[in-house]
Amino acid sequence: MNPTPASTQAPARASVPAAPPGAALALGDDALVLSHRLGEWAGHAPVLEEEVALANIALDLLGQARFLLSLVGDEDELAYLREERAFRNVQLVEQPNGDFAHTIARQLYFSTYQELLYGQLTAGDGPFAPLAAKAVKEVAYHRDHAEHWTLRLGDGTEESHRRMQTALDALWRFTGELFDPLDRLDVDVSALRDGWLALITRTVGQATLTLPTGPQSGAWTAGAGRQGIHTEPFGRMLAEMQHLHRSHPGATW
Amino acid sequence: MTSADWPLWEVFVRSRRGLSHTHAGSLHAPDAAMALRNARDLYTRRSEGVSIWVVPSADITASSPDEKDPFFEPAADKPYRHPTFYDIPEGVRHL
Repeated sequence: MNPTPASTQAPARASVPAAPPGAALALGDDALVLSHRLGEWAGHAPVLEEEVALANIALDLLGQARFLLSLVGDEDELAYLREERAFRNVQLVEQPNGDFAHTIARQLYFSTYQELLYGQLTAGDGPFAPLAAKAVKEVAYHRDHAEHWTLRLGDGTEESHRRMQTALDALWRFTGELFDPLDRLDVDVSALRDGWLALITRTVGQATLTLPTGPQSGAWTAGAGRQGIHTEPFGRMLAEMQHLHRSHPGATW
Repeated sequence: MTSADWPLWEVFVRSRRGLSHTHAGSLHAPDAAMALRNARDLYTRRSEGVSIWVVPSADITASSPDEKDPFFEPAADKPYRHPTFYDIPEGVRHL
């Protein structure tokens, strides 16, 4: 059985243990928020081909978000009617798109993490295994896309190299939070962190860039998204994402 | 950098095993690897394919519309080049 997000809105699962709501909410919010950020590129991407690529990634993530949030409750209510402090996404995914290099750096950090995480969840037989098995292939493509752009920007012109390095440095302090343990989620966090660091180190090196050296967590607010503390740009993103549903409840087209 | 700086690529998609690659369209990309990825996103989103080729448009040598007549016209009045021109001899079965 390989349920698609659309067919699993009613989470009726008899034999599989119930999903820990904290973990489902956290991973669902990661996917939802990053999906919305990537969607903001629509109409603004540097080239049409890249716009479609980013929109594709956004749609993959939205599908994952729908599945995960449906495990917790009504997906629309969760997406459109929660206040900022009720969101449990990591602060990394809510960071603004910035220039194209920032978007790629954010994607590289996150997709590398997500691919390893879903890989682990696929191996188990927990409630997330069906989603993870399907999504890990989507995410492998997201990571591949981000890696290819990191290589080209890092090993491209002087300008692109500078921008890519700036983006990697700027987002580095949000990466520590990726490895906070999640509510009853059976994940080997240290293997996740080691695998992530090895892959990022390899890609960054190949791209002739320098791995950021600052702390990955602990710097003031960075790293409290899982507790509902978010950075300032998140409130503005949420206002835009939610205003239609709040102004016209249940609107469809 | 804009897409105007990027070369044009022609995309060929094989819809399933056993069929030939068919021209699907074209796109801009900085290099072959990215062209392949763009092609995946643009032309196989609805599971249209199992294999993709990308070819630099500049590397395709095409017949010119000006040469249409010398190229193709002579074939028009030679019906004996088609198998249907010939009567099937009596006694031949399963042809």
